Amino acid sequence: MSGTTARTSHATTELRVRRGGSGDPERYDMYRVPYEEGMSVLDALVWVRAHVDSSLAFRYGCVNANACKTCMALVDGQVAYLCTARLAPEGAQVEPLPKRPLIRDLVTDTVPDDEKL
Amino acid sequence: MYAAIAAARQDASVLLLDKSLVGRGGATIMAQMTVAAAIGHEERDHWADHLDDTLAAGRELCDEKLARLLCENGPARIFEMDRWGAHWARGAGGRIRQVQAPGHGRARCCYVDFLNTGPGVAGTLRRQVSTMSGVRRVSNVTVTDVVVHDGRAVGAVGLDVVTGDIVTLAAEAVILAAGGLTKIFRRNSASTNMGGEAYALALRAGADLIDMEFVQFFPIAHLAPRLVGMDPIMWDPFRYKLGGRLLNGDFEEFMHRYGGQDSGKYTTVRDQASYAILKEVESGRGSPHGGVYLDFRHVPDATLRDAFGPVIDRLATNGIDLTQTPVEVAPTAHYHMGGIRVDQRMETRVAGLYAAGEAVGGANGANRLSGNAITEALVFGECAGRAAGAAAAGTSSGWNDAAAEDAVARLRCAAETFSDDGVPANVLQRRLQDLMWEDVGPFRTGDQLRRALDGIGEIRETPATVHAGGGYNLDLQDRLELHAMLATAEAVTRAALGRAESRGAHQRLDFPESDSGLVRNQVIEMKGEEVAARW
Repeated sequence: MSGTTARTSHATTELRVRRGGSGDPERYDMYRVPYEEGMSVLDALVWVRAHVDSSLAFRYGCVNANACKTCMALVDGQVAYLCTARLAPEGAQVEPLPKRPLIRDLVTDTVPDDEKL
Repeated sequence: MYAAIAAARQDASVLLLDKSLVGRGGATIMAQMTVAAAIGHEERDHWADHLDDTLAAGRELCDEKLARLLCENGPARIFEMDRWGAHWARGAGGRIRQVQAPGHGRARCCYVDFLNTGPGVAGTLRRQVSTMSGVRRVSNVTVTDVVVHDGRAVGAVGLDVVTGDIVTLAAEAVILAAGGLTKIFRRNSASTNMGGEAYALALRAGADLIDMEFVQFFPIAHLAPRLVGMDPIMWDPFRYKLGGRLLNGDFEEFMHRYGGQDSGKYTTVRDQASYAILKEVESGRGSPHGGVYLDFRHVPDATLRDAFGPVIDRLATNGIDLTQTPVEVAPTAHYHMGGIRVDQRMETRVAGLYAAGEAVGGANGANRLSGNAITEALVFGECAGRAAGAAAAGTSSGWNDAAAEDAVARLRCAAETFSDDGVPANVLQRRLQDLMWEDVGPFRTGDQLRRALDGIGEIRETPATVHAGGGYNLDLQDRLELHAMLATAEAVTRAALGRAESRGAHQRLDFPESDSGLVRNQVIEMKGEEVAARW
């Protein structure tokens, strides 16, 4: 966490997030989130969990440093790390990685097979 | 990971569990700084000198046996990591480069370029662990209890977070290597899985914790402008190599007002620097976002590029040009000197229960030197793994279903009780972080600490929202983590209340002086269901 950043405006933007598990019908939830220049898509998802819907699932570890490499997802159709993908003022669509088995919401099975019980 | 490797070398069959992905979470991978060891490549050095420096920084409270172990065995671990392919930065003649960090009397701190020490070390250990046939790695299992039977650790109970299944694991020995507690504070530099779970597990299993009042606040974590893709504590290596001036909101140097000497060099140890910065902010002389400035404008662009190459480009994508503007920095919770009390074999007072890395308390006393954290991860990991592996060889687990019953029932209750009412556990975690930062942070008073204990109790009593759902239920993970965070937060707060003096990282505004009668270590233990402190 890099701490509190002073809010210079009260701008908001919209996040469109693919929800559900592998057997569920395709569904997207829309969230209106506060927007600040420079914020990451991960910042917005963390905000959603704290203020709107704590059931939203995504993987992240190092929060900010792009060291753990666990927060990969599709942002506007492109594979990206959620922690370094900047949220555009016009918002973003976030989906799970398409080539990995879906577990829940944005969480896919990225655990190597030899690291499972 | 080092503990797993060392245990497997004793022919033990090792299960390496990680609640996130093996080798991807924790503190090591986040460390962009250095590893201190007296290898003497940069200049003449000896582990005894490293020990002297470590003891001096610890303000008379270091466990000297553990500190000696750290300093004496550091060089062997550096060289072993080198053989395993760690890319330590090298200078002329292939010698490993070492820099001098504050508090060290020599250039003693090894690193991996550029700002890649932690990922380099974690990657080397991941590769090495994957070559050990005796180590089975399991990701995404969060351990909620160590099972103790007849006074001996016999296994663990946990949750497979992907499937939502409860798992029980029999073992001949258990090593807790789940890192520190910085996530219990609002401003922190940690991975999201550093909620003090090792301490909470140890406490509940019957082990002692030691020095829990000593949380290290790293003085110059990045504050503004918004920086992504980099660790907030990244400015330390910049200062080792290039100096950099610390200036208050009025662009004046200030460290000298607090007994430090800065003037563009980097010599002030961490507890002093944090104190000086927070005092400037408190006096109304902070930077716009509530910190101070770190200024490299006097350093030529070519010098910056020579020292940090691609990092300068990453800063540029964040809109930061160090030749033009200073950045804002402020203290952040960074490391925990306290932890699980162990002997020189890393064993707790519970037979068969060991600790390794930052989870171990005592080696660094009241303040840790920069560079000693990864050293202890490597050294204590090797010691714990060797001892636990040897103890496990030729024995069988004393697993007992009845001994695990309570732990399984507790987890089943947590994992199968869903509610859409209440407060989400991630919000309760944030409340706890705010409370710990405000009242148990770098400056403390008895009134604040007592208020914090009340607040911890209130959060504990607040029902947490956990929406139903099987696999990867973050609400549930947050609730389990919150439970551990609360126990650890209470341990820190009770210890801080018990130490009525200021020493190292523990600063009491109501007791601003050190008390020579308190050159003693405080222990936290469970008395029935209560967290209690004793001297």
